[in-house]
Amino acid sequence: MAKITFDGIEVEVPDGTTILNAARKIGGGVVPPAMCYYTPLKGSGGKCRACLVRVAAGSTKDPRPMPKLVASCITPVQDGMVVENTTSQQVLDVRKGIVEMLLINHPLDCPVCDQAGECDLQNFAFEHGVSTTRYEEERRTFEKIDIGPYIQLHMTRCILCYRCVYTADQLTDARVHGVLGRGDASEIGTYIENTISNDFSGNVIDVCPVGALTDKTFRFKQRVWFTKPVNAHRECSHEKCNGHVTLWYKGKDVLRVTARKDEYGEVKEWICNECRFEKKETADWIIEGPAHIDRSSVIAQNHYELPVINPQVIADLPESTVRELEKNPPLKLGGPNGTSF
Amino acid sequence: MGRKLLTEHVNVEGIETFAVYRKHGGYRAVEKALKMTPEEVVEEVKKSGLRGRGGAGFPTGLKWSFLAKPEGVPRYLVCNADESEPGTFKDRYLMAKLPHLLIEGMIAGSYALGARTSYIYIRGELLYVLRILEKAIAEAYAAGFLGENIQGSGYSLDLHVHPGGGAYICGEETALLESLEGKRGNPRNKPPFPAVQGLYARPTVVNNVESIATVVPILNMGGDEYAKIGVGKSTGTKLFSACGHLNKPGIYELELGVPVEEFIYSDEYCGGIWKGRELKAVVAGGSSVPILPKELILKTAAGEPRLMTYESLSDGGFVTGTMLGSGGFIAMDETTCIVKNTWNFSRFYHHESCGQCSPCREGTGWLEKVLHRLEHGHGSMHDIDLIVSVAKQIEGNTICPLGEAAAWPVAAAVRHFRDEFEWHVTHPKEATQPGAVYRGNLVLA
Repeated sequence: MAKITFDGIEVEVPDGTTILNAARKIGGGVVPPAMCYYTPLKGSGGKCRACLVRVAAGSTKDPRPMPKLVASCITPVQDGMVVENTTSQQVLDVRKGIVEMLLINHPLDCPVCDQAGECDLQNFAFEHGVSTTRYEEERRTFEKIDIGPYIQLHMTRCILCYRCVYTADQLTDARVHGVLGRGDASEIGTYIENTISNDFSGNVIDVCPVGALTDKTFRFKQRVWFTKPVNAHRECSHEKCNGHVTLWYKGKDVLRVTARKDEYGEVKEWICNECRFEKKETADWIIEGPAHIDRSSVIAQNHYELPVINPQVIADLPESTVRELEKNPPLKLGGPNGTSF
Repeated sequence: MGRKLLTEHVNVEGIETFAVYRKHGGYRAVEKALKMTPEEVVEEVKKSGLRGRGGAGFPTGLKWSFLAKPEGVPRYLVCNADESEPGTFKDRYLMAKLPHLLIEGMIAGSYALGARTSYIYIRGELLYVLRILEKAIAEAYAAGFLGENIQGSGYSLDLHVHPGGGAYICGEETALLESLEGKRGNPRNKPPFPAVQGLYARPTVVNNVESIATVVPILNMGGDEYAKIGVGKSTGTKLFSACGHLNKPGIYELELGVPVEEFIYSDEYCGGIWKGRELKAVVAGGSSVPILPKELILKTAAGEPRLMTYESLSDGGFVTGTMLGSGGFIAMDETTCIVKNTWNFSRFYHHESCGQCSPCREGTGWLEKVLHRLEHGHGSMHDIDLIVSVAKQIEGNTICPLGEAAAWPVAAAVRHFRDEFEWHVTHPKEATQPGAVYRGNLVLA
């Protein structure tokens, strides 16, 4: 085990844990943003430089500070390490610069982009960026590439995080998809417009932090913040898929199906294309209940699920308070199964 | 003229063949090394004080001693012959003229590191050099210096030459290893460093051509003897590729410690600036090191004469100094437009950025576009501060040193030639005339 101090908070994690994951153990506002790192994908990280932090002391053995900022997503912790994230002005300034770099060639077409509302870049820019740009040149654009009936690849929006490349590499058997070109002309592509037709290809949509890869069956159907996420499952016949998904409802219609994600937007279980693209009737699914979205983006703004307060807590409250709460609830209180209190 | 250790026999007829090279004392270093233990060879290189000749100047012996040595796992020595820095062309010359010198160094180095297979990763454009090397390697195999049981010592080594695809980024050691493995040449995240997980995830040392070749004279004369050449921590001799507006551009082997002024003006070396013109600026170590104006390259800020050593060239940090880098010495005369030159450099880095990490991918393109605007008379004063700020946002925040290589020349050009940039803004008509050059007062604080 290694003990580190992150933004003045001490945390103990197993050896080999990255600084980012140690920070995630603390949670809350100190967690560095991550645009390319994705825990389930081997080899991801280190590319976007959004998670750069300052290591003020390397370890107990060697307490010298590291000369450069380090990418927290790939740097393992050392016992006695002291890391500064939000407490270092240098880190915050550099992060502002990274936002600027990521945005200079981004089309900023959020009003027509399906990802808006659940976009990592949008959140990142909102939290760390500035509202003006110093970039006057023409932005880089790409022709849209057709990669099959289900997925839309829109390279102009891509920030080259490589997540989809790792996904395609690690989930599917035949590699058909990678990065072509170099520098700011590099693009994600299936060489000479191959169709991606793998059973798990739809997962690249879930890992994409921006709107570069979107679901053709959901395109332009609805703004995501008007849809309601509901956890559901089904008996999936695919051997690698266990059918645990989130359904996104608008009224009675299932508009789209995605994998379930944790609070950092990382997929918990990969799902197959049949579940994702073809089962869009409520009757196909066994509903479990509302999905909780633990994020600060606009998609979390109209939470419709009831906040659950531990019944034990309520039982411990003085009776007068409970009666007061019943009469004039500040929030709706609910039991563990959504039963109203 | 100083001693020549690497290029002593370079003009001998047929030196690229095994027989002639052997007649002039070739492969003595290998014979000597095979009688020593590998540790003794490493110790000898350590004692010599040899610093990496590829640009960063990291002590080679120290790098060798860092190599992880787990039991039963292969280790590799990889020679970085992907020389693509604008202004640097010493390795090409060395390999084309003296292929056996590199091969001899590779054998001695591989023996010291315990490598059984070694690679020379050569820049794709140098196809003719690749053929020369392959021929020389075949000769070395035939003479029993490569292959099984070299000279009856029990040590075996296979040496391969692998051509790259012509990407500058593959000169970065981890990108080189990726490319050698057959993948896209993207630099890796560090740690793990190549000394622990390099080629095929095995411990690997990557050295520049000249560093490996220098092992030969070190072994021949002994590390202590070698360390006596040069000044302070800059020991030995180094090849410099002088180019630009010089009377006698070319490759010069110098004992480190020659004054810069002597190197530029003496007839023994570059013979002064061509056409009787004045020197304006020098890029001392390949295009990625900071440019210095005449006043600062000839003398340090303290007024001491600047020497061709690692320490003296970096005297004053980046405020008034530069770096020795890879030895690509570019001299510019008074007719050179620094803005155009800076734009040209940043165009190169824009083209060569691998596109993996965001500051470099986006920043190099941005720098090029703004510099293009400034050069063509469409810039504003704000743009000058903008490029400095963008360069600062790239520097130090990237995966590999290409970010710094792109940022340093821009920042240094504005630092030392700001008035010239401002002239491009205030006099766009004059500045865009063909051949127009700012000739204001270049006195610097």
